[in-house]
Amino acid sequence: MKIAVPVKFVPDLVEELTIDSGGTALDTSWLRLIINEFDDHAVEQAILLKERGGGQVIVAMSEAEGADDFLFASAAKGADQLIKLTGDFSASNNHALARAYADLLKELQPDLILTGVQAHNDLDGSVGPLLAEYLGMPYVGYVSGLTVAGDKVTVRKEYAGGLIAEMEVNLPAVLGIQAAEQPPRYVAYSKIRQVMGTAKIEERVVADLDLSGGITVSRMFQPEVAERATMIEGSPEEVADKIIGILKELGTL
Amino acid sequence: MSQDIFVVVEHLREQVADISHVMLAGARQLSGSTGGKVMAVLLGQNTQGLANSLAADGVLYVDHPSLAEFTSDAYQLALAGLIQERSPRAVIFGHSSIGMDIASGLSAKLGFPVVSSCRNFTADGKFVSQICGGKIMAEGELPAPTALVTMVPGGYKAEEGNQPPAVETIAAPALDNLRISIKQYIEPDTSDVDISKEAVLVSVGRGIQNKDNIELATELAEALGCAVSASRPVVDQGWMPTTRLVGKSGKRVKPKIYLALGISGAPEHVEGMSDSQVIIAVNTDSNAPIYNIAKYGTTVDMFDLLPVLTDKVKQAK
Amino acid sequence: MPIRDTFWNIPHWAEIAQYVAAFLTMAIFVAGVVRRVLRWRQGRAEKRSGNFWQRIWSLVIQVFAQRRTLDETFPGIMHFSIFWGMLVLAIGTAFATVDWDVTHLFFGFQILTGWFYIVFELMLDILGLLAVLGLGMAIQRRYGTRPARLQNFPVKKLAGDDLYVLVMLSFIVLSGYLTEGLRLAVTQPPWAVWSPIGNAIAAFFLSLGDPTNQTLHLVIWSLHILTAFGALLSIPFTKLFHILSVPTNIYFRSLEPAGKLPAANMENGAGVKEWKQFTWKQLLDFESCTRCGRCQDVCPAYASSQILSPRNMMVKLDAHIWNNGHALHGDVISADELWACTTCRACVQVCPAFIDHVTTFVDMRRHLVDQGSMDKMLQDALANLGRYGNSFGQSERMRAKWTQGVQPAVKDARREAVEYLWFVGDYASYSATLTDITRKTADVFQKTGLNFGILFDAERNAGNDVRRVGEEGLFEMLADKNSQALAKCKFETIVTTDPHTYNTLKNEYAWNGNRPNILHYAELLDQLIASGRIKFSKKLGYKVTYHDPCYLGRYNGIYDAPRRVIEATGCELVEMPRNRDCAFCCGAGGGRIWMDEKDVKERPSESRIREAIALAGVQAFVVACPKDLTMYRDAVKTTGNEKDMLVKDLIELVYEAL
Ligand SMILES: Cc1cc2nc3c(=O)[nH]c(=O)nc-3n(C[C@H](O)[C@H](O)[C@H](O)COP(=O)(O)OP(=O)(O)OC[C@H]3O[C@@H](n4cnc5c(N)ncnc54)[C@H](O)[C@@H]3O)c2cc1C
Ligand SMILES: Cc1cc2nc3c(=O)[nH]c(=O)nc-3n(C[C@H](O)[C@H](O)[C@H](O)COP(=O)(O)OP(=O)(O)OC[C@H]3O[C@@H](n4cnc5c(N)ncnc54)[C@H](O)[C@@H]3O)c2cc1C
Ligand code: SF4
Ligand code: SF4
Repeated sequence: MKIAVPVKFVPDLVEELTIDSGGTALDTSWLRLIINEFDDHAVEQAILLKERGGGQVIVAMSEAEGADDFLFASAAKGADQLIKLTGDFSASNNHALARAYADLLKELQPDLILTGVQAHNDLDGSVGPLLAEYLGMPYVGYVSGLTVAGDKVTVRKEYAGGLIAEMEVNLPAVLGIQAAEQPPRYVAYSKIRQVMGTAKIEERVVADLDLSGGITVSRMFQPEVAERATMIEGSPEEVADKIIGILKELGTL
Repeated sequence: MSQDIFVVVEHLREQVADISHVMLAGARQLSGSTGGKVMAVLLGQNTQGLANSLAADGVLYVDHPSLAEFTSDAYQLALAGLIQERSPRAVIFGHSSIGMDIASGLSAKLGFPVVSSCRNFTADGKFVSQICGGKIMAEGELPAPTALVTMVPGGYKAEEGNQPPAVETIAAPALDNLRISIKQYIEPDTSDVDISKEAVLVSVGRGIQNKDNIELATELAEALGCAVSASRPVVDQGWMPTTRLVGKSGKRVKPKIYLALGISGAPEHVEGMSDSQVIIAVNTDSNAPIYNIAKYGTTVDMFDLLPVLTDKVKQAK
Repeated sequence: MPIRDTFWNIPHWAEIAQYVAAFLTMAIFVAGVVRRVLRWRQGRAEKRSGNFWQRIWSLVIQVFAQRRTLDETFPGIMHFSIFWGMLVLAIGTAFATVDWDVTHLFFGFQILTGWFYIVFELMLDILGLLAVLGLGMAIQRRYGTRPARLQNFPVKKLAGDDLYVLVMLSFIVLSGYLTEGLRLAVTQPPWAVWSPIGNAIAAFFLSLGDPTNQTLHLVIWSLHILTAFGALLSIPFTKLFHILSVPTNIYFRSLEPAGKLPAANMENGAGVKEWKQFTWKQLLDFESCTRCGRCQDVCPAYASSQILSPRNMMVKLDAHIWNNGHALHGDVISADELWACTTCRACVQVCPAFIDHVTTFVDMRRHLVDQGSMDKMLQDALANLGRYGNSFGQSERMRAKWTQGVQPAVKDARREAVEYLWFVGDYASYSATLTDITRKTADVFQKTGLNFGILFDAERNAGNDVRRVGEEGLFEMLADKNSQALAKCKFETIVTTDPHTYNTLKNEYAWNGNRPNILHYAELLDQLIASGRIKFSKKLGYKVTYHDPCYLGRYNGIYDAPRRVIEATGCELVEMPRNRDCAFCCGAGGGRIWMDEKDVKERPSESRIREAIALAGVQAFVVACPKDLTMYRDAVKTTGNEKDMLVKDLIELVYEAL
């Protein structure tokens, strides 16, 4: 069983995000990149599958600051093959990324492809379903558990409110992981350091990114956030009415 | 080529999901600037009745056994033909377990761009997407000729229509070679409340004073159909079980609404709830740090507020 | 003339049998000791030689003077009496052997004659009583008082071992007295009065008359000899082995600073997975535990949840190294036990066998970290520390946010030379409830005219607790980053807020042999007060108590500086019963502050607050560690003492009195 996990980095929300002078993109000078949380779960899920039923795990990502560290950490967890796509990804979008991965994956021929179900900076769809379409494979997202049996995989797909649908999907398939069956494991620094000595990162050059299918942003801005809470004044009745208004606005009542 | 706005209705187990109404409201606004009709696209088997509650100008209904339950395979096939045939100005999906499974795939299949995480449309028909955990908004022209959009809640109110819209039944294309099949549904475990999965939390802190007063919060939670959580002093006193503890030593929660009653907002507590979409703090001390993270706050006494609020919630239902 | 009547009433065959038995005993004894030593040698290498005289001196103090054993009155006197009573009797016996089998046999003369013999008899007779007293106390304690710390047996059969030792020793001493009494009853030498105890026993037997007494004498002598040899040969196989292992353990104890953890084993994964990955010295530790339970009594983890008892850990580890077929992790030692330790070092401080529990626990934690098995909270904290250099998961650019509004602006030590480089630490920098105090510290420094600066976003968590959690690689990374940042700055002295930071900077950073002067702010304040640079304008007049942070007190021996500062502010200091090196840990150390609490009965911090509350009239609980402030401010709330006790940082007193 060959499992491929294409992952991507996203801006770390711990940092204050700022908009660049053009006003249409994030200012990258202060940007810290971090693994997309769901992709981290996808890697974990792949390793769990390998531990359970054997196989080979391939982790692939595009060049970015910290990419090597992440790939080595994945190897320390149990990934067998590390691939780094190099090229100019500065203007990349998910369509372009999915196409680049599709080319790679056509060659690697995995039985199963796991991606994070989404990323917080997705603007033109998510990588998983795009990839599935380019590869002509079925896609199921919001997956929080799976079992492989023969040429089929049974997945647990989550819906709002905790309802779970159990679906059977023909392999090869692309799955969008919402949560691995157990939280991503911790790898000790010493282990990563050891792996650095032995594991190898294969670099693949992606010559021209095909950006078509993406969208154009004409303005990026930060929503107004109040420093302190908006104070609701008035009698208990008035306050209650206002709170009910908020509950309704958010569709929770 | 039309100016219609399609909304792919999400429904599960004979119920229209809230997000569908939000999308219809968004589509309604968008149609104002594009000048087309709001068309709900309903896929299913014998689910025509669901069309009645939709606030749409018309409903395109596709009936097929393979559409009885949602699978991305069948939905995509059914929708691809329809979109190509009618070429609407935009197709709106939920940014959800259903919509996200199909929107991007259709984008790749049909070559129409997809706009993710759209929160609302501007008066002149631009999309406004909410990204980076809500910290950043991105605005842009809706891609032409057809834009696919996945929509997050928060921009519009979910409202049902006043009268059943006209339903046009469309013949389903051949839904062959499907690679995904549904085996069963597993109901969420309701025996023990998992506060990290609740959409609304009524959370009590030491301001609740004693165990008997917890009842006030429980009543409100029952009225809202949600759970009660607590800060550590409350749990330490044995007024609430440990499973309800929010914070450093308890659970991390991110409900849509976190109603903090008598919680000062100590960092150890905040750590566990700051990801809540909206925090409403009720605290008599106007300087309590909780107001630093709450979106809304009020200094009325929680004991005056709770009974009134519970009553009003019951009425509103 | 008084002379020692050796082998009186003993038939020749019995005498010969005794020598045969003696040789057999020696052979078994030696084989037993060799067996133990060979087992230790299966451990990893570790250098513990050097400082010969210092080591010998500690044997004198700790073994012969029983210094640490005497820290506890009843058990101290008990052990001291048994030790010296038995030792004197053993020396006496050895002396008699020399007298008979060397000088008499080969040279035809005896030493034990005349007045010398009389003194000898008197000494043995009286000091033998010491053994009786000690053994009586021990029996009373173990089977009468039954203190809790002697009651739990993770290895059940050890209860028999404890009983065996007391029975054997008691029988040896009592049968010795009986033999002596019976001999005196029959021979009635004129110098019998110099054996007062024996003589008293003789008086009791007189009525029986001969030959009954003579027969009785032979029987009891035989039993005495058999038990004595039995006890001797059983030394390497029973609890009695501590007679050898403890002095050896004391001799080889670490003379490094307490705050310097040994580096991790890196062969076959980090830390200790199997017992052979412990060092020989750690194995010797396990073999030295006498199960006295002193460590358990002072352990905050034991007090709060009973999950971890350092005593039981040692007992289980010792049993494990002789027992094949069990996994060290899981079967023998649970992860919960390992994670419960706050690394407060109270156990190490009281252990009369000088066992270092903490290094053993950390070594095993290192394996758990290597396996990635730890609770989610700790995992998040470590991930944050790796990514942002702080456990709060906040950007490093927010580290110096507390300086906003401080006037004049706090200097950036990376840009200009300063005299004092203030290493602020995570809690003081990031915790919203503590930054106010951090600003007060800056204010005090500024009012004193101190030329100080901070590292701003170049500072990282110093790694003290990261190391103690067992994440050695991450510790090294953090230490590297801090060292690189510090190397670029010009300063004379480092001042830390956090005692944990202080410990690792002082004892564990490499500094390339060029360690700067490192002070905890309590020490700095003390110096500034002494030199007159800090002058107080008022006397506060509060009645306060002071909590010694583990990493300042036990780890680094700083007890007086903070106390002098408190007194200089005009406060009256009242000590808690557990003070200075006996201070009770707040429960946050060793990475505990990043972990789940599990089932606590009474948090260590709550126990401590109750201890302070019991002091009459104390208004404030003074601490000198940001983590303590967090823990105790919480504990006064949870124990409902918010109104009766203020928790104050040392700097708050100084700030107020300026
Ligand atoms: C290591 C550690 C871990 C911790 N972990 C957690 C944790 O996981 N979760 C947690 O919650 N805490 C935790 N704490 C405790 C935390 O620091 C605070 O003590 C706790 O959150 C305070 O709870 P509170 O806000 O309910 O109480 P308080 O701080 O006493 O606040 C009570 C608040 O209620 C307000 N109030 C009082 N009466 C009324 C009224 N009638 N109407 C409206 N408002 C009123 C008051 O103004 C006040 O602000 C931890 C502490 C430590 C040291
Ligand atoms: C373990 C831990 C985890 C935490 N996790 C989170 C978390 O997940 N999310 C979160 O939001 N918070 C968390 N916190 C709390 C965090 O440290 C801050 O308390 C919190 O973010 C404050 O929010 P703020 O930005 O609104 O406040 P601040 O930025 O502190 O704003 C307060 C305002 O008051 C002013 N001000 C503050 N002090 C003074 C003063 N002495 N004099 C004059 N003006 C002053 C400031 O200038 C500012 O305008 C955590 C804390 C701890 C200890
Ligand atoms: S270091 Fe402290 S917590 Fe750990 S075992 Fe020893 S006494 Fe207990
Ligand atoms: S480890 Fe030391 S203090 Fe603890 S029981 Fe053993 S000998 Fe006693």
